[in-house]
Amino acid sequence: MNSIDLVTRRTFLGSVFSAGAFVLGARLLPAHGAGAFAGTAGASGADNAAWHPSVYLGIETDGTVIIVAHRSEMGTGIRTGLPMIVADELDADWARVKVEQALGDVKYGSQNTDGSCSIRDFGDAMRDAGATARMMLERAAAAKWGVPAEECKAQNHQVVHASSKRKLGYGELASLAAQQPVPKKEELKYKPASEYRYIGKDFPTVDRDDICAGRGTFGIDARMPGMVYASIERSPVFGGKLKSFDDQEAKKVPGVQQTVVIPGFKPPHAFQALGGVAVIADNTWSAMKGREALKVEWDASDHASYDSAAYKKALSETVRKPQKAARNIGDVDAEFAKGGKTHEAEYYVPHLSHAPMEPPAAVVEFKDGKVVAYAATQNPQAVQDTVAAALGIDKKNVECHVTLLGGGFGRKSKPDYVAEAAILSKAVGKPVKVAWSREDDIRFDYYHTVSAMYVKAALDEKGKPTAWLQRCAFPTIASTFAGPVAKTAQGFELDMGWTNLPFAIPNHRAENGPAESHVRIGWLRSVANIQHAFAIYSFVDELAHLAKRDPVEYLLDVLGQPRKIDLGSSPLAAKYPLDTGRLRNVIELAAERSGWAKKKPAKGRALGIAAHWSFYTYVAAVVEVEVDDNGKVRIPRVDIALDAGRVISPDRVKAQFEGAAVFGTGIALMNEITASAGAIEQSNFHNYRVARMDEAPMETRVHIVQSDAPPAGVGEPGVPPMAPAICNAIFAATGKRIRELPVKKQLA
Amino acid sequence: MPAMTININGKDRTVDVSPDMPLLWVLRDTLDLTGTKFGCGLGLCGACTVHLNGAAVRSCQTTVKNAVGKTVVTIEGLNAKAEHPVQVCWRQANVPQCGYCQSGQIMAAAALLKQKPKPTDADIDSAMRGNICRCGTYQRIRQAIKQAAEVKK
Repeated sequence: MNSIDLVTRRTFLGSVFSAGAFVLGARLLPAHGAGAFAGTAGASGADNAAWHPSVYLGIETDGTVIIVAHRSEMGTGIRTGLPMIVADELDADWARVKVEQALGDVKYGSQNTDGSCSIRDFGDAMRDAGATARMMLERAAAAKWGVPAEECKAQNHQVVHASSKRKLGYGELASLAAQQPVPKKEELKYKPASEYRYIGKDFPTVDRDDICAGRGTFGIDARMPGMVYASIERSPVFGGKLKSFDDQEAKKVPGVQQTVVIPGFKPPHAFQALGGVAVIADNTWSAMKGREALKVEWDASDHASYDSAAYKKALSETVRKPQKAARNIGDVDAEFAKGGKTHEAEYYVPHLSHAPMEPPAAVVEFKDGKVVAYAATQNPQAVQDTVAAALGIDKKNVECHVTLLGGGFGRKSKPDYVAEAAILSKAVGKPVKVAWSREDDIRFDYYHTVSAMYVKAALDEKGKPTAWLQRCAFPTIASTFAGPVAKTAQGFELDMGWTNLPFAIPNHRAENGPAESHVRIGWLRSVANIQHAFAIYSFVDELAHLAKRDPVEYLLDVLGQPRKIDLGSSPLAAKYPLDTGRLRNVIELAAERSGWAKKKPAKGRALGIAAHWSFYTYVAAVVEVEVDDNGKVRIPRVDIALDAGRVISPDRVKAQFEGAAVFGTGIALMNEITASAGAIEQSNFHNYRVARMDEAPMETRVHIVQSDAPPAGVGEPGVPPMAPAICNAIFAATGKRIRELPVKKQLA
Repeated sequence: MPAMTININGKDRTVDVSPDMPLLWVLRDTLDLTGTKFGCGLGLCGACTVHLNGAAVRSCQTTVKNAVGKTVVTIEGLNAKAEHPVQVCWRQANVPQCGYCQSGQIMAAAALLKQKPKPTDADIDSAMRGNICRCGTYQRIRQAIKQAAEVKK
């Protein structure tokens, strides 16, 4: 549901294009966002500005094609991928394409770069933008030459009239093209895939060379004239209120200018600044030293008794008792009551921290009632909303520039750190840089939730499940927006691999029990799929071994014949049904490419398999592990097969899955956040361990299924199968079943 | 505070800061050489790696006074045209994802190759395990280092 309109220059926030440029905007209504736009579009239909185009394509009179990237770059290559689609459809010369990063603005549609949906939601609109501009250039040339438009063909940055051998460059045609009628959607003619120059080819990202030269600008690198630096002391326990503080010593530190109190948040916390005492200084080091010299007392918070060991027990009790069913097919109770063979197991995944290499960082200036922010953010519009609310100004007065992000993984969708900088700038009357320390990042994250999962199956004489009961409990992300009153998982969380079990089992019930939140809960790369895939694909491996069958063969057997599973309420169900045939295909592909059939388990060395469908992408991972006598795990090789539908940038897709293999290895082997007396016990990379080079898979081979299906997600879906595949391999190699993550010292 | 002079990327730079300030913050905040990144502040992640008298050091753990009279090379000065073999091979392998840790990775790799022109996998592990990449580009880092070793032969 995309439409395109010519855009008048006054609709631009930034001065990206020069006067006279031919500018096109594609207005987008992603399926799930349509409702949000209804009011806007109707409100001022007469005004061109009300079209809020989401992506701009401009052709300068010198021939430079400018494409505005409206999604945030945090390493996926999206700042290159989406513009490539425009450029390909336009038949532009990539060397003459300039990619400009968009400011935060609702007119772009969603800019929240999250949920592995950039290509899925915006790919078609980019193609439409390219096709529209190409047709208008062709029409412009036709008008100029007085020939039928059908005889004019855009080719590599110029329009050619073959029979008369005339040619005109895009720049020469820009002004005339802008006067052509905008083709209707149904008039658009697309390039056949066989003529793609960029889509499906390996292409360096637009940021690669800057990064290799140390020139990329991240949020922490942004500067504004007269800028000061802040370091903020916050309550170690979530929700603790400031009781008193003494800044005498802090102010004696050379370079320290002043201290500022940031008021505590008003529940629910959402994206608000946490509150605390900020030390403002001439440079980062002075701010940090000044903060160390602060003496701060906090009132006890409601969450001061949060203790991970006790909480784990409580979660375990919850999943051992019947809970509310989120999906119920057949009658699992009747099947269990028959008294046949059953198997049950419980799994646990701790809190995880995103720990992007660049901690949260932003530079903000508040001046004359307006804000200019430079932020490493996945969601510049949330920056506008959050900063506006924090300062009591209209969000139109918040200009958010998006820098490169030094990793995001979901953390930088939440702009609390930008709100901090805005509040401080208003207080001190200067631009303020807030860059969190690693300790801040690990102690005050929006953590991946902590979860317990219970699974029970009734088994027939061949060891195949006839009934499957699964129960989970974890603090919900909804608690971030509604406060601790939100105690049960939301549909979107349960739809991440819990309610949509793809197995052919006649009796299935998926339940969810209550769990209270005591820290900020957020989404982390692949979200609830992490714990759900861990439980389900570990359990099915347990059943395979009980049945004394090959785990791959057993998994395929449980998946059953290829079929499409009804996902009920999912808005994208029709376009993206869960097709078990595609899931089977990636399992078979990963098994074949890994040499599964030939590599029999030996003591201390074996393969494990897991699969998962998330973000509409089918993934299977075969992991080879080696476990030495001290219980140290090494991963010589991973084979990941994926079917993500049409792929735009194969090399970047490969990179995402190589990275997901490492990210998933960290979750499996060493990532763990715990709380004691309400405070997070980890603080930096010595005690929040992440995968290093010698712990990561030595080699990850990524196998992409060629597909014409609509494009699906790529950034996240590689993560969920990793932990169960690793733990299944560990079982095959050692006989030790891992049911609690991380593995850490369980094998020692 | 006495002014201190350090040779950075071939130029003498005089700074007037606290002698205990880590070199990292002098580079980033005082000299606007932001290619060197902050990652942990404790020498645990390698994002701030620079060369001090030719050896890879963590600039967050090196005070500015300990750099006086020595030569410092940062990512900006590794090669004037960013054509150091490590950088060339980094580009060929399309190593970076988010890119944030890559300055430190490149500086660590360049120092490794200077010391061991033909590093084994174990050499690479041992030199590079101090540099964290949360995007997980390790496999391509290894590939790029091996490629650079070939180029440098």
